[in-house]
Amino acid sequence: MTQVQQKLEQVTVLFAGDSGDGIQLTGTQFTTNTALFGNDLSTFPDFPAEIRAPLGTIAGVSGFQIHFGSVDIYSPGDRCDVLVVMNAAALKKNISRLKERGTIIVNTSGFDKRNLRLAGIKEVENPLNNHSLEGFKVHEFDITKLTRESLKDSKLGTKDRDRSKNMFVLGFVYWMYNRKIDSSIDFLKAKFAAKPEILDANITVLKAGYHFADTCETFSNRFEVKPTKMATGSYRNIIGNQATALGLIAAAHKSKLDLFYGGYPITPASDILHELAKHKNFGIKTFQAEDEIAGICAAIGASFGGDLAVTASSGPGIALKGEALGLAMMLEIPLVVVNVQRGGPSTGLPTKTEQADLMQAVYGRNGEAPIPVIAATSPSDCFTMAYEACRIAIEFMTPVFFLSDGYIANGAEPWRYPKASDLKEINVQFAKERSQDDPAYLPYKRNEKFVREWAIPGTKGVEHRLGGLEKDKETGNVSYEPENHEYMVKVRAQKIAEIANHIPEQDLDNGTEKSKLLVLGWGSTYGSIKTVVKELATEGIDIAHAQIKYIQPMPRNLGDLLSKFDKILIPEMNNGQLITLIRDQYLVDAKPLNKIKGVPFEAREIKEAILNMLKN
Amino acid sequence: MALEKDIKEEVQKLTAKDFVSDQDIRWCPGCGDYSILKQVQSVMPELGIAKEDIVFISGIGCSSRFPYYMNTYGMHSIHGRATAIASGLKAARPELSVWLVTGDGDSLSIGGNHLIHLLRRNFDLNILLFNNQIYGLTKGQYSPTSEVGKKTKSTPLGSIDHPFNPLALCMGAESTFVARALDREPKHMREILLRAEQHKGTSLVEIYQNCNIFNDGAFGGFTDKQLKKDNSLYLKHGEPLVFGAKEDKGLILDGFEPKIVDLTTGEYTVSDLWIHDEKCRNKANILTRFFDDPSKENALPRPFGIFYQEDRFRYEEALYEQLETHKQQKGIPDLNKLLAGTNSWEVE
Ligand SMILES: Cc1ncc(C[n+]2csc(CCOP(=O)(O)OP(=O)(O)O)c2C)c(N)n1
Ligand code: SF4
Ligand SMILES: [Mg+2]
Repeated sequence: MTQVQQKLEQVTVLFAGDSGDGIQLTGTQFTTNTALFGNDLSTFPDFPAEIRAPLGTIAGVSGFQIHFGSVDIYSPGDRCDVLVVMNAAALKKNISRLKERGTIIVNTSGFDKRNLRLAGIKEVENPLNNHSLEGFKVHEFDITKLTRESLKDSKLGTKDRDRSKNMFVLGFVYWMYNRKIDSSIDFLKAKFAAKPEILDANITVLKAGYHFADTCETFSNRFEVKPTKMATGSYRNIIGNQATALGLIAAAHKSKLDLFYGGYPITPASDILHELAKHKNFGIKTFQAEDEIAGICAAIGASFGGDLAVTASSGPGIALKGEALGLAMMLEIPLVVVNVQRGGPSTGLPTKTEQADLMQAVYGRNGEAPIPVIAATSPSDCFTMAYEACRIAIEFMTPVFFLSDGYIANGAEPWRYPKASDLKEINVQFAKERSQDDPAYLPYKRNEKFVREWAIPGTKGVEHRLGGLEKDKETGNVSYEPENHEYMVKVRAQKIAEIANHIPEQDLDNGTEKSKLLVLGWGSTYGSIKTVVKELATEGIDIAHAQIKYIQPMPRNLGDLLSKFDKILIPEMNNGQLITLIRDQYLVDAKPLNKIKGVPFEAREIKEAILNMLKN
Repeated sequence: MALEKDIKEEVQKLTAKDFVSDQDIRWCPGCGDYSILKQVQSVMPELGIAKEDIVFISGIGCSSRFPYYMNTYGMHSIHGRATAIASGLKAARPELSVWLVTGDGDSLSIGGNHLIHLLRRNFDLNILLFNNQIYGLTKGQYSPTSEVGKKTKSTPLGSIDHPFNPLALCMGAESTFVARALDREPKHMREILLRAEQHKGTSLVEIYQNCNIFNDGAFGGFTDKQLKKDNSLYLKHGEPLVFGAKEDKGLILDGFEPKIVDLTTGEYTVSDLWIHDEKCRNKANILTRFFDDPSKENALPRPFGIFYQEDRFRYEEALYEQLETHKQQKGIPDLNKLLAGTNSWEVE
């Protein structure tokens, strides 16, 4: 038995195989286990674009990357230390992502004639035989055969037996990192409670993988990644879309409003609807509409009725919602619009990530129609920002855009979750009943923050008519008055600008105002940028980092902060959108770093750009 | 949340005037919309519902200006989407009395998708579909209900679009209440409006409305004193289908084929006729197919009244039932528990 343990600070493992191989389940199980073990972590699932892409092909490869450590982890890692591949296509697709001298764990049954052909590899070029993997540590096992052997007493058919081979891999990797397998056994027991034979098979294979790793003497040692020193508190593991859903539920609960969600399924936003639909005991009304327009319009109706109304979608669906967003802005009613961005334009790259809908959120409506735009920086931050979106929508009677993206929506990390009592209060101000003796009700009269009241049907004496036609500044009646229109356009903009006084000021996540260069990011690039500036700090290079979460309006001190730096680098997963807004508003000579490949930045790409900029 | 509202005391004293808003009406003089507005305002006090519990929602079009003139809650929204907005409102606030005002373009062209989905879901609300067979607000283009050959600004050579038969479409979309009224028959319209409000589900009332500017006389065959009795068939539940200037004609069903019979020759008497049954889907389907051009020889008369009424569960009813059952299964919501999830750990 191998007992020697090698301590590691951080590790990145990439599981890859056919979409039918249960890769995502293996990945999420390993993630839960890692989180419970106490490591900080970050994950990046990479789904194939097709639901059932042809078996064995490159198009059908599903991947799940997890980066975990005893140190703080901010991103799923650029390249991996360990690559687990179930077939030839998975190896071909991912070999470039493996570090030099990295470890490959190979299921050899995925490299037979057929699999090679499906992966587009000639038999003579079988990478397992042609020395192309010489720089790596390769461990080959026939996982399919080993799985079948461990199930020789099972009554299950071959197909069902083979299905559990992902558990063999999971058990194997648990052993490698010196883990207990209990969390997965509990999980399997819950999942297959009604199917005892499948449950037995999965547990048997999981254990078989674990013991096999122990006895096969592949590794001269096991690895140990000690728990991370984290701030005290209660933690759980969370996926971005799940965090968004929880943020919405929390805001509804805290504001004592019912949550209404209207939406139409679309990748990668659907999981928000799925998550909300699980918690109907919170009084959540989920409405799967006939299209995205109906989704947002139903939400507008619900908001008019006094619910906390939300709609979520992704690029193409958001485009469809444009006209209704303008209406919600004119009506000045609360509405949260979540855009889980994906690769565009048009249908684009549905399963890939991008930050290319920022301009759409800020400007994408007819007429002068400003709407607050905020963005989350990580999976768990989706909770905070979804909650913030609700708070701003309610307190400022406005639709709010909350931007997430495929990367953080599907990624996971440990989350120090708050107590309900620690959450910011949300003030709901419904109009009160009025009697006939009161002066006539003025639905568009504003308070000192330029906000009008929320007067909902059922309230006596404040009956009024709303609409998309320009309205009189107080009565809300239709008005074509030139002066009134100009006033209304300005006051609606002023209301949105006022929000800057009710959001946090921009802080520096790293560095000081004296640092030589500021990296300014927004949204999900946070982890990659943070990883780089931390690394540079250990090399003695002091870089400042600010991550903008409030984009419209921007934090009120942002202009000041930017003026402190001679050099500003703005990395974005688009062709340059935040940089346009920043140059426009603050006249600063920031430089872009754009990546438009459907995948997040690698730390080294940002590092290179920083070093280049410092040289010039 | 209660699905129904308690009747309030002061409601008894409301009159039509209480439902008139302070806004000047902007429809063209002589427009059929005036008559419909007046009937709706006069029917409101009869509903026994407080003003603040009534909401009018519309899309865009001449007809969709309607909510501005009602002294209730209202929303003049965007083109074609009132149906979706009303659905959300009803899901949020099932106890409200929600009325939807829409035009033939608004509901059958740009908003066609939302209309059919609203009908199948059967939210308890009332749709008043003002059909003038034209786009009024945009100054007279043909609409999805305009007849083939119609010459308008956008079809100088005549329209080549085959029109919808709106009520047949609604039957196909699983509608639970299908009716037709006419701007020029106020008393009949009021009866239908009352029945529409009483129906628990989506009530669809198509109202033939004259646009005297862009499509004057489109329904002349059913409003003209000389013609209307021979061209129109007024449906009454449980009564035989009789029509004609002297109530001299009737309808029988010959297999699936409706046939007009003469009641004066002695060959047929009233007791031979088809008896109207609002509950019969098959017959309602046939009746909605009475869609002949009235000037055509042997045209079937155009029916007015309630074609079909069915009691079917309402969306909001099922929605609140689910919420309630889930609460009973999962217990009172506990946000702290939800945030912690099932796999949390402590760091000391
Ligand atoms: C998105 C959008 N497209 C087009 C229009 C222009 N438009 C306004 S009303 C209308 C048609 C109205 O016809 P109908 O619904 O029959 O109402 P009517 O005016 O006849 O009562 C059109 C095309 C619009 N307001 N919005
Ligand atoms: S254009 Fe026609 S429908 Fe519109 S207000 Fe005038 S008459 Fe009525
Ligand atoms: Mg019309």
